[in-house]
Amino acid sequence: MAPKLVEVGRHPNIEVLSYTEVKRVEGEAGNFTVSLTRKPRYIREDKCTGCNTCVEYCPVKVPDPYNQEISENKAVHIYFSQAVPLIAYIDESCLYLKEKKCKICENVCKNKAIDLKQEAEKIEIKAGAILLAQGIEPFDARLKAEYRYGQYDNVVTSMDYERILCATGPYGGDILRKTDLKHPRKLAWISCVGSRQATDGGNSYCSGVCCTYAQKQVILTKDHDAEAECVVFHNDIRSFGKDFERFYQRAEDLPGVRFIKSYVTIGKEMPGTRNIVIKYWTPEAGLVEEEFDMVVLCVGLTPPADVKKIADTYGIDLGDHEFAKLDPENPMRTTRPGIFVSGGLQGPLDIPESVFSASGAGSQLGELLNYRRGKLSTERTYPEEKDVSEEEPRIGVFVCHCGANISRVVNVPDTVEYCKELPYVVHSQEQLFSCATNSAREITDTIQEKGLNRVVVAACSPRTLEPLFRDTLREAGINQYYFEMANIREHDSWVHTKEMEDALAKAKDIIRMSVARVARLEPLQEFDLPVNKAALVVGGGVAGMTTALSIASQKHEVHLVEKEKDLGGTARKVHSTLDGMDVQAFLQDLTRKIYAHPMIHVYHNAAITQADGYIGNFVTTVASDRGETTIAHGAAVLAIGADVYTPTEYLYGRHERVMTQLELEARIAERDETLINGRNLVMIQCVGCRNEERNYCSRVCCGESVKNALELKKINPKMNIYVLYRDIRTYGFNEDFYREARGKAVRFIRYVPEDPPAVEETGEGSLRITVTDQTLKQKVSIDADALSLAAAVIPSKATREIAGLFKVTLSPDGYFKEAHVKLRPVDFATDGVYLCGMAHYPKFIPETINQAYGAAGRVLTLLSNDVVTASGSVCEINEKMCIGCGACAEVCSYEALNLKDTKGGQKATINPVLCKGDGLCNTVCPTGAIVLKHYTDEEIISEIDALTDVEQTDGKNRSAA
Amino acid sequence: MDGVFIGACHLNECNYITHGNFLAKNMVLLVKKIMAHVGLNPDRLRMQFMSGAEANVFVASTNSFIKTIKDLGPIGNSEGLVDGEVRSKLARVEKLVSYIKIAKKEKLNRRLNPEEYEGYFTEDEIAQLLNEAPAYYIEPDKCQACMICARRCPVDAITGAKREVHVIDQDTCIKCGTCIDVCPTKFSAVTKMVGRPAPPPPPEGKRAIVKKSEEKEAA
Repeated sequence: MAPKLVEVGRHPNIEVLSYTEVKRVEGEAGNFTVSLTRKPRYIREDKCTGCNTCVEYCPVKVPDPYNQEISENKAVHIYFSQAVPLIAYIDESCLYLKEKKCKICENVCKNKAIDLKQEAEKIEIKAGAILLAQGIEPFDARLKAEYRYGQYDNVVTSMDYERILCATGPYGGDILRKTDLKHPRKLAWISCVGSRQATDGGNSYCSGVCCTYAQKQVILTKDHDAEAECVVFHNDIRSFGKDFERFYQRAEDLPGVRFIKSYVTIGKEMPGTRNIVIKYWTPEAGLVEEEFDMVVLCVGLTPPADVKKIADTYGIDLGDHEFAKLDPENPMRTTRPGIFVSGGLQGPLDIPESVFSASGAGSQLGELLNYRRGKLSTERTYPEEKDVSEEEPRIGVFVCHCGANISRVVNVPDTVEYCKELPYVVHSQEQLFSCATNSAREITDTIQEKGLNRVVVAACSPRTLEPLFRDTLREAGINQYYFEMANIREHDSWVHTKEMEDALAKAKDIIRMSVARVARLEPLQEFDLPVNKAALVVGGGVAGMTTALSIASQKHEVHLVEKEKDLGGTARKVHSTLDGMDVQAFLQDLTRKIYAHPMIHVYHNAAITQADGYIGNFVTTVASDRGETTIAHGAAVLAIGADVYTPTEYLYGRHERVMTQLELEARIAERDETLINGRNLVMIQCVGCRNEERNYCSRVCCGESVKNALELKKINPKMNIYVLYRDIRTYGFNEDFYREARGKAVRFIRYVPEDPPAVEETGEGSLRITVTDQTLKQKVSIDADALSLAAAVIPSKATREIAGLFKVTLSPDGYFKEAHVKLRPVDFATDGVYLCGMAHYPKFIPETINQAYGAAGRVLTLLSNDVVTASGSVCEINEKMCIGCGACAEVCSYEALNLKDTKGGQKATINPVLCKGDGLCNTVCPTGAIVLKHYTDEEIISEIDALTDVEQTDGKNRSAA
Repeated sequence: MDGVFIGACHLNECNYITHGNFLAKNMVLLVKKIMAHVGLNPDRLRMQFMSGAEANVFVASTNSFIKTIKDLGPIGNSEGLVDGEVRSKLARVEKLVSYIKIAKKEKLNRRLNPEEYEGYFTEDEIAQLLNEAPAYYIEPDKCQACMICARRCPVDAITGAKREVHVIDQDTCIKCGTCIDVCPTKFSAVTKMVGRPAPPPPPEGKRAIVKKSEEKEAA
């Protein structure tokens, strides 16, 4: 999160108006007038440095909303330590605001930032389009009194527990009970609190995220305390997300962890210990009472509390369960043109789905406003870079307190003094938050005042904030590669909280290493590459077509490549969705738009024979009904879909009455007489997945089976339908259809994989299915007229080949692997190549549409620029030292290295644009002819020397490590 | 430094599609064998695979490694070597790094399946590798001072000038074999010597050569 926050805060084209409410929206798409009220912070934003002095002195303690009101904060405070903007605000508990008393903060603020007379400010802004991303809220567990939340102190919600687990949480990352501040040794998680509950106060839908976050909390709890005993009480385990099945297994396999499928009742609170007694029932043990130190309620997700007001203000309709009413063909579009939603307002979503829709909504805003793209944007400009490469190093070291994150363990002033003695260090100082805007300015100013030419910031992990500090150097006219971060938080203060002296010594070691390195760093240049404005979309299903249309609507040429003779993909076999969308009509309309669009070029019967190039400059060769075409393009979207597993189980292929769910859907659509007039139909779930060979859940099958069951019940209400399942995974609003199916007497029978259903042919050509019902622990036999198998979704056969061509990677299950599961779910690690649809993972059509627009959004962020910037930290070849052995080219999967013939024999050459700077080539090079810039041997060895050779570098007599 | 600990991401979980940790593991296996061969305890080198989420593995493995090294004591101690011996042994191997990387290129740069690691490098193989490290020698009577090897030597280990026998500085030479590859076949002046040191080169001042054609003329 932190890098995103910082990026948004610093982006020249984003203005953040925090603590602001939207009062009124007038006008129409393309021309809205939005009236806003900026609530008074009682702090002047331009003066506040986020130093927290006012917070220290404020006498009013109030429960801290950020930490779930478990710990306290002050009436004046900063919402949380990485907040953007990092500015305090005063809430209504302030003594002055209530009774005109106190004013201590005004006196202690050195910057005169307190303004207790501040009033709400009304402003008006013009906007062409509006995106609503108000998110979701955790379910209020008090609405379900039977869970005793708020009554028993050792019953907490999962959100409370999340804060308790956090290092910046109420107990500094210690897991403690409120009642005695002791570590709980035995904990229970209760699933589905407020979700899947069609009773008073609950929500009937499944929140979709709780099963997996509970597993995460179990794993983290075991990390904190390996001896802790953890019990998860659950209904179905819904591990339907990518890699979730493995995550579940990882939690389940930990010692001392039990997963128990049972409803539970919270019993009494034990007098004295205040432990909680839970009652539950299992077929094996009957009714059990068990005592726990702490109980965590897995609360679900709800729309924002003021969602009705939001709907009124923006003039949009609400739909199911008071989330936004959306167009099933475009789940980001509200009922009011020009207003879009992303994230939780769509319904209960996990992070990747939120990111799909955020990026997707971005693309739709682009479609709407493309005609005036770039008119209001500004670019960051930097002063000219000074050449300091001939100067002796003049190093400045800035040691960050990180609030108290670092300074409560590491003695920061002592560290600062130590730095002054290190070679080439001419300036050293402490900072409260080096990442705060005013601190960054202080660094820039100091560079100029003291003539610094290299900077070390001793703070946190470079993963988050290195880009910010590099930028800071650029603003001071210094090459951004003259920067080094010493991580004294994650590597030190956070992990050595109880060893303050050693932590101080380690902080000095880490900084000494960074100083040694920074003195040897070289200035590197990043370079700009031109961007070809066309896009290539591989795959003409719903995903590929949706992406292509959105990109083309923003005036970019799109080449759409389809391997079949017709567009449509898997969706051609789908007739309706659970919520009633006519898929074939939708598909026809989509296909028509594709062919009608002047900027989309479709290639049928196509195969990609070659793909070369790199971000902004790809060249791909396509053999198709147009012959062989060479396409130059700046970006590529891989939307090649997925296949259906062909079962070998349950007589499939050997008996004509055994079919897959998609085949069943086709027979229902054509009203196959023998099928719809049948008496008994059995469905078996999880065929070909959730097993050793395919250790994942195909996500869509439970919904597909429920859909077919309901459709059959509509046609022939007398038909007996049996669904043999392991866990029913109708997440989100699909839960309502599952409930409907149960209401219509569809029988759901749970089986376990160790004892799968047995299918045999009986004399009359019909089938007998025998299964052990896990609830009754009894064998059941059903004579069926038809058997439908929920066959797994499997990666498309072409996945591996396409991955090889575009140099992208695959996940363990054989689907395309995204750059980051949560934060970059439509990007590949390979720049300029994006993914969407079922090639990423099985998903429903609305989810595919979200992701397809998301991919279009990512493509546009690339193609709307004229140039892209490539990193300076790439490999360089010393041709003289190269013996042309080719080891480097063999190991470089990015194909950045090639051998060429020269007068001096074969030599390696590098294309720095393709180089990712992973450094493998220079480790295999036998002669040291390749160096990775910014990580040269000298730079790295200087750090090791600084660590081990203490006496030489700082003259102090410490024993060598 | 008495031990080296290498932490790496789990195999197949590399951020980069190059999956360099497979190759790092091969190198560790090789180096451990070399350490054993020269009389150093291979336990002084450890590679541990772990993910960013496995703080517990990191803590347990570093603690156990530190204990191992503390038990072994300073390098050479438990091996019964004095300081100078350790240094000279390591220096000898260090000089051969380029040669080893070239000789074992295929084996080092392969991604192995889990069952292939056991005995991937053997003691005999290492003994042979180190004992058979060659020396390259330019035979003074064959060298025609064409300058090709001197120009192509990646580390400038060959000195020579026109009409002057070229000489390989054995201390600088990395045994890559480029000189033998590029010496024109009609001269074949470079000899690969295995199991015996290169003879001393002709002393400076006595390196001038007379080309065969000129010899004839003179005769």
